[in-house]
Amino acid sequence: MEPVIRVVGLGKSYETAAGLFPALKGVDLEVRPGEFIAIMGPSGSGKSTFMNLLGCLDTPSSGDYFLAGQNVAHMDKDALAVLRNRTLGFVFQGFNLLPRMSLQDNVALPLVYSGADKETRRAAAREMLDKVGLGKYADSLPSRISGGQQQRVAIARALVNKPHLILADEPTGNLDSHTSEEIMALFSELNREGITVVLVTHEQDIAAHAKRQVRFLDGHIVSDQLTEAVPA
Amino acid sequence: MMLKAMLGEAWLAMGANRLRTALTMLGMVIGVGAVVIMMAIGQGAQYAVQQTISTMGSNLFIVLSGSFTAAGVRSGSAGGPTLNVADAEAIAELDGVVNVAPTHQGRRQLVYGSQNWSANVIGTTPPYLEARAWTIASGAAFGDSDVRSATRVALIGKTTAQNLFGDENPVGKTMRIQQNPFIVIGVLGSKGQNLDGNDQDDTVIIPLTTAQRKVFGTPFLGSVRMIMVQADSADNMQRVMDATSSLLRQRHRLREGVPDDFFMRNLAAAAESEAETTRTMSILLGAIASISLLVGGIGIMNIMLVSVTERTREIGIRMAIGARQKDILTQFLLEAVMISFAGCLLGLFLGLAIALAINAFTGMVIVISGTAALVAFAVAATVGIFFGWYPARKAAQLDPIEALRYQ
Repeated sequence: MEPVIRVVGLGKSYETAAGLFPALKGVDLEVRPGEFIAIMGPSGSGKSTFMNLLGCLDTPSSGDYFLAGQNVAHMDKDALAVLRNRTLGFVFQGFNLLPRMSLQDNVALPLVYSGADKETRRAAAREMLDKVGLGKYADSLPSRISGGQQQRVAIARALVNKPHLILADEPTGNLDSHTSEEIMALFSELNREGITVVLVTHEQDIAAHAKRQVRFLDGHIVSDQLTEAVPA
Repeated sequence: MMLKAMLGEAWLAMGANRLRTALTMLGMVIGVGAVVIMMAIGQGAQYAVQQTISTMGSNLFIVLSGSFTAAGVRSGSAGGPTLNVADAEAIAELDGVVNVAPTHQGRRQLVYGSQNWSANVIGTTPPYLEARAWTIASGAAFGDSDVRSATRVALIGKTTAQNLFGDENPVGKTMRIQQNPFIVIGVLGSKGQNLDGNDQDDTVIIPLTTAQRKVFGTPFLGSVRMIMVQADSADNMQRVMDATSSLLRQRHRLREGVPDDFFMRNLAAAAESEAETTRTMSILLGAIASISLLVGGIGIMNIMLVSVTERTREIGIRMAIGARQKDILTQFLLEAVMISFAGCLLGLFLGLAIALAINAFTGMVIVISGTAALVAFAVAATVGIFFGWYPARKAAQLDPIEALRYQ
């Protein structure tokens, strides 16, 4: 099967006062459909930079990135926006819900940018909120629910355009251990349904939920091993 | 992204900080309101002047009997009897002359019953009424035969009629001017004030011959102080005036180098300059009001820039889930345009209300034109787009990762 993600010699450097700083130094990785991967590494290892590139939020300085067969390394901003909208779902550490919108409107927002009509948006947002168990709060504002619930809403938003790939950057970083377990259980469930999940974490017990662990250090991949997933 | 969804979001964003939105809008409200008021007043003034000019009669000039020098003593204008009725008749023969009326006027005391009143008495011939665009409200005008036989008949203006006759119908009544009885045969239609602010309706018009013999007296029979001439068009004015001048010099046997013994004054030119003055004032008022519109627009830009900075994170989130640059651009542009449109609409109503109030309380003439409202609206929309463009572009060009990191 064609890989969902294939990166070849991916590099990214930043301009700093001290000169060009290479955050990512030629990374090769393949992710096949249905995989559940945890990307680990200490701060400054390049894992977040790598995640931003995978999420089409940033463009690489060198190398190629094939997302679902398409090379996105040299696409323009608007083409990347369309990919972010339809091809993948992104979950952030800080949830990133819009505070003035109801949960339903938050979940429906990606559909607004893909041009769905009002009825479709409402129905799809409802379906996803029900899926993450928050359908009854559809009309509440994000500030009225807990952090764990907000992250569930964010996951519902990532899922609303039915992507085959979910990227999560430290999705449990702002949550307590009990809530973290719940969120990870949700990712495991989505993975069982066939969605490819790639998440960044620096906690071993979070990474333990994944089927494959990739470790970064100083902009390189230093280990890549399959693990036995902990039953949810 | 669909326009309907965007309008809803713009509305939401406007509602999120109501006081700020209202204050931003206030700039536009005042700007558009000022433009509407100033245009209403300026156009009202123009209208009023045009009305006054149209009551004066068009394409008129007057010839005044001039100064003459006797034993080194120079008289002023109209100081001596240098014009006569025959001059007037000769001028009437010139090309492009429509009406010629020799006139003689002065203030005289009128008496009717126990009432008396001082009015401007004009002795003239029937073409005068046509040249000055006088209408007859009731009764009838006098004719050439009245001038020939110097009958004692009079046409009186509305103000004179009210002061002398009160509620009575003046037509057919006999009043006295300088002890001489005159029958009032008609009442003139109202004209209001002239450009100098004098009441044109406080007037008595009588045949020229009667005026000279019974009221004013005259040094030589047939001499007149003033001849009013009406040309057939504004373009012909100067030509007719030149022709009149050379005709009079010839008739008065003035040799080359001898100064004119008459003066000519173009009444149309005076009216034109008055109209020009109000037009200039009107443009000036509009221009000053437009500045406040500009200031209002800058207010919108200012607030939109603040709004973009405040909502950097929101922009980042929107971009992360698939908003394209043009989606963000449209969103912020729409917000600016909505604020300026709403402000414009309120300003329009406020301006109209104030203009109507000015009219109601001061009686000042105002003219409200749809064009002015349309122009104000178009300008407001342009201001919204123009001043909303830069902040919206700034928002659209944000880098998604940096925007997401913004606290």
